[in-house]
Amino acid sequence: MRRIITGAGLLLALAHAFAQDIPPGDRRSGYEQMGRETRAMQDDDSANPATFWVLEGETSWSKKTGTANRACSECHGDAAASMKGVAARHPAFDAKRGRLMNLEQRINACRVERQEAKPLAYESRELLALTAYVARQSRGMPIKIAPNPQSQPSLDAGRALYNRKIGQIDLSCAQCHDQNWGRHLAGNAIPQAHPTGYPIYRLEWQGVGSLQRRLRNCMSGLRAEAYDYGSQELVDLEYYLMWRARGMKVETPAVRP
Amino acid sequence: MANALVTVPKTARRGEIIEIKTLVAHNMETGYRRTERGVPITRDIVRTFTCTYNGVEIFSAELRPAISANPYISFFTVATESGMLAFNWLGDNGFAVSTSTYITVT
Ligand code: HEC
Ligand code: HEC
Repeated sequence: MRRIITGAGLLLALAHAFAQDIPPGDRRSGYEQMGRETRAMQDDDSANPATFWVLEGETSWSKKTGTANRACSECHGDAAASMKGVAARHPAFDAKRGRLMNLEQRINACRVERQEAKPLAYESRELLALTAYVARQSRGMPIKIAPNPQSQPSLDAGRALYNRKIGQIDLSCAQCHDQNWGRHLAGNAIPQAHPTGYPIYRLEWQGVGSLQRRLRNCMSGLRAEAYDYGSQELVDLEYYLMWRARGMKVETPAVRP
Repeated sequence: MANALVTVPKTARRGEIIEIKTLVAHNMETGYRRTERGVPITRDIVRTFTCTYNGVEIFSAELRPAISANPYISFFTVATESGMLAFNWLGDNGFAVSTSTYITVT
């Protein structure tokens, strides 16, 4: 992303673009813009290093922890059945807690309230592994985000953030991801920013990371101060991006360059 | 925790060419990086990978710092007889992982 400051030509092109949502028929997953080798890596679990995280998550799933000494599996049974579709409809508004929660927060809520264990830190290996394992159970399912009156303010806030110019580079997410997707930023193809595959194995990270890590990356690339992990702003943005990708298929754990 | 993943067909016909796919969990720290404070991070990589088929080495590789984390190696061999395929990764700081899998050749 360092390269964008030298890309004066691109910045000019961006400045002349105007706001417009991507028509549903033109939406593409980042997968479609990847090279053949990277797609092959995602297509084959035995070549996708994220499989290590999924397997680790599977182990955690049936491990008793916390003061309650209970395992996720004791309450939820077989994840293939109980967690199917869960990632496809998160973030979701939790009526009991009165707030929008993403999948990581949902998992941590069970850790704290049901297992009586310490919450797992964002980007910790164990939380990524559990999230990857839970989200893996939704692979191939369409993203289903249906805002209700309680979650609508989050959707609006996420949309506003997406369209707001931020950072010293003074660009909005939309300027790259809606108006210039498919073009190149130095060597990188600009994707449409659909969060279809999270947590992802990113080649640049040489490891697995969450959607919030990806969002924070784009923010620091714009020389903006990134919102904290777990902040309302990032969850709202996740919600807006998932809504924007509604109907697209979950690819978790995806591979991205 | 699983630290190596190996994909080998369970059965094959004698003389058939089979693909073997392997993935090992490892950071592959190059030794060329420094911490934010400028302290060099010592190299920590997988150095060698070998595969034996009923005790006979059929494939080996030397790994280098430029190889990315979680190295993926795939190769082909001819299914000659039923038996054990054994995989072995060795690296810096005493890293050692091994696994094996049985193939039935008819
Ligand atoms: C003592 C029982 C219990 C344990 C242990 C438990 N959960 Fe839960 N979990 C629940 C209940 C009950 C709900 C639904 C009510 C709620 O909390 O909102 C739930 C909800 C969830 C949801 C949301 C499901 C949906 O349909 O939206 C996820 C995801 C989840 N749990 C994951 C986990 C994981 C991962 C673990 C282990 C780290 C775990 N749970 C441990 C009882 C448990
Ligand atoms: C200057 C252009 C630019 C801006 C502005 C930008 N991004 Fe990105 N974004 C990229 C590029 C390029 C990638 C592809 C990865 C890479 O090479 O860094 C990417 C990747 C992504 C992805 C991953 C998509 C996938 O397939 O997994 C998401 C999500 C995303 N950006 C969201 C955002 C959000 C939200 C904002 C606003 C806070 C934003 N981006 C601002 C250029 C931009």
